[in-house]
Amino acid sequence: MIACRKLCWIAAGSFLLITASAHSARIGEITKTHIGEQALRFITLRDPSVVMALIGSLMIGLNCGLLGCYMVVRRVSLIGDTIGHAVLPGVCLGYLFAGYRAPIPIFIGAVLAGVAGSYLLEAISSTTRIPKDAAMGIVLSSFFGIGITMLTYIQRQPGGNKSGLNQFLFGQSAAFSAADLYLMGFVTILVLATLTLLHKELVVLSFDSSYAATLGIPAQLIHYIQMTCVAFAIVVGIQAVGVVLVSAMLITPAATAYLLRDRMTSMLAMSALIGCVAGVLGTFISFLATGLPTGPFIVLVATFLFLPTYLFAPRHGVLTRWWRQRLSRRRTERENTLKAIYHILELEGFVTDQVGLLELAQYRREPEDVARARLTDLGRIGYATLHADRVVLSPSGYQRACEIVRNHRLWELYLVNRAQMASDHVHEDAEKIEHVLSHEYIHQLEKTLKYPRMDPHGKPIPGWEDMDRVGPPEDFGSGPQSDGLTRIYQEPFKGGST
Amino acid sequence: MTAIFGAPLEMFTSDPGGYFWIWLMGFLIISSCGLVGTFLVLRKSALIGDAISHSVLPGIVIAFLLTTSRAPWIMIIGALVAGLLTTVAIDLICRKTRIKEDAAIGIVFSSFFAVGVILISVYASKVHLDADCVLYGEIGYIALEPFVSIGGREWMPGPVGVAALVLAGVAISIFLLYKELLVSSFDPTFSTTIGISRAWVHYLLIVVVSITIVSAFESVGAILVIAMLILPGSTAYLVLDRLPHILATVLPFAALTAAMGVYFSILFNCSTAGSMVVSGFGLFLITWFVSPNQGLIAQWRRRQVSLMSEPSA
Repeated sequence: MIACRKLCWIAAGSFLLITASAHSARIGEITKTHIGEQALRFITLRDPSVVMALIGSLMIGLNCGLLGCYMVVRRVSLIGDTIGHAVLPGVCLGYLFAGYRAPIPIFIGAVLAGVAGSYLLEAISSTTRIPKDAAMGIVLSSFFGIGITMLTYIQRQPGGNKSGLNQFLFGQSAAFSAADLYLMGFVTILVLATLTLLHKELVVLSFDSSYAATLGIPAQLIHYIQMTCVAFAIVVGIQAVGVVLVSAMLITPAATAYLLRDRMTSMLAMSALIGCVAGVLGTFISFLATGLPTGPFIVLVATFLFLPTYLFAPRHGVLTRWWRQRLSRRRTERENTLKAIYHILELEGFVTDQVGLLELAQYRREPEDVARARLTDLGRIGYATLHADRVVLSPSGYQRACEIVRNHRLWELYLVNRAQMASDHVHEDAEKIEHVLSHEYIHQLEKTLKYPRMDPHGKPIPGWEDMDRVGPPEDFGSGPQSDGLTRIYQEPFKGGST
Repeated sequence: MTAIFGAPLEMFTSDPGGYFWIWLMGFLIISSCGLVGTFLVLRKSALIGDAISHSVLPGIVIAFLLTTSRAPWIMIIGALVAGLLTTVAIDLICRKTRIKEDAAIGIVFSSFFAVGVILISVYASKVHLDADCVLYGEIGYIALEPFVSIGGREWMPGPVGVAALVLAGVAISIFLLYKELLVSSFDPTFSTTIGISRAWVHYLLIVVVSITIVSAFESVGAILVIAMLILPGSTAYLVLDRLPHILATVLPFAALTAAMGVYFSILFNCSTAGSMVVSGFGLFLITWFVSPNQGLIAQWRRRQVSLMSEPSA
């Protein structure tokens, strides 16, 4: 029994050796140099295989980046993953047919397998109650299983270990041949032509499938054309990225562009650019040392482009959005404090321009230190000054307080008069909108409501004159007139009086 | 004891290819994956299984590089951390941005897997895994693993023992959490009403899935394990309606698939794990055609009947 086990060990060892030698067709191993020299070789483009690898990865980045946009927007991006795994049996079939690693039979076999996979996916999910995601998993892993079975069968045939099919698993852009490049060029032209011709249909289908139906766009046909294009792009992509990770080239650049751009055409351009950058940089890094597969590096470069975008994208970045929300929350809190001070002044009949810290804390039902912190914050902005526990609004602070109260009361009046809402239902809505109403909009509201003086609860709506009358004592009248805002409010009043 | 079990065990262990162990390993893996996977299918989160099966790779590799130990519990910890990180990362992307879940899954698992493959190729001499075997496993060499010996007797190869423990653990956790899993899979609203948190059940399920996947990883690889998660449950789901029946069907399905896989891999001299998946897929396709109520043939015949009855009506 022990002898038998030893025999098996030897068998296993030789199998590992065979698989290791299947990796040997890589440029890195031909000349054992260090990183600096390899980088120089890459950048100076001395080596024709470097040029071929570069052109190839550019085309792959372009194809996958463009096609991925539609998939990400349509929420079907994992179909790309399914097709990516499903092409493997086709690759092996092409190899078996030709007897060597011939580009065209492998290409045809892979496209057929990819399209068959996407058909089978539709068939399973439309004729059974199996959910679509499970159907994807079935097609993906079963086709891959068929592919692995064929691949190991080929490798264990005499001479099969030199098939070079292993390169399709994780990609090797150093292994591009001229024929591969011609094929890629052909596919790129095909994809670009299809996307240009069907641009309108694809965009409409991606965003509004029911509108597409009313326009008479044959959704099913376009879907299959699109999936065939995806299969094409994947089949050329697996040369550099490998079947397992090729879906990332469809998804990650497109998702990154989706966070950066809002229009489809500019998203397409962005995604293609990111795809190309990832392709070229990934190829470069994998070229630096021996025995490194290309695919994982291309994918990681794409991920490293995605991460800062996820955090810092101008509109959709997580951190930028968080910062924006924080700023607007603080502004809202500040404005609510100003409003509370105005309310207290109003309650007291504007006999004084000062409000006590305790009064404010009681009015807002807050602890004293919270109120103090709010007032300190107002002081930092220059809206108020706090001494000896009494707060005095500055001209700009008083003006802002008047604006907020006016926004609030105008909006309440508008809801009651125009939207026919009950006057006890309008406060909450006005609480929110008072902070976001623009000057132009307020101007329009005043005009619509015929320059009202009272809100639905019978409280006066502060206008320009009020700002002037109950302002803090020092020369208030001259300050805010230079402000654009005051001009806006002055004009309608003048207009109203004439 | 030895007198009773000794003879059959001797017979099986002296089998030169270790085919019994390969079959047993396949059976154990497909059973535990199939049992957990049924819930993934029913909860429409099959692709979470896909994502985790890819992303446990860096977890396993990093755990190995840090500890230089192949002890199962270290691998399980690595895989658990990776599995939970994947889930959290997917959540972070699809909840906080306008990127939807499918793209988030694609971004996360491909990045994790890429990290794993790069680590393997950079530390090729130090890591026991081979980059290609990560894709299809080494179940064929299972009998070469060191045997577990209890009481001076070699019982079974180590990974088989681990897989048996995992199957027992999966069965016990499904038994204990049966009500929670059932309710939250079929009726999330009702489950919230009776106080079962869907999120908690989801995370527990992910923990079980990660452990199951890591126990299968070295044998069948990252991608074939997806088939073992999804195929048994889906095939049974084509015929049966009640969850206990579906779960009970997983075991004979696993036994049959594993046996067919071993047989075909000997016949064609190809990857054992691959041919197990192909066998399972074959059974799925057959079931899809002949299933009495949902099968393609049954659907076709119903259409014929309704077409024939239409003119008379």
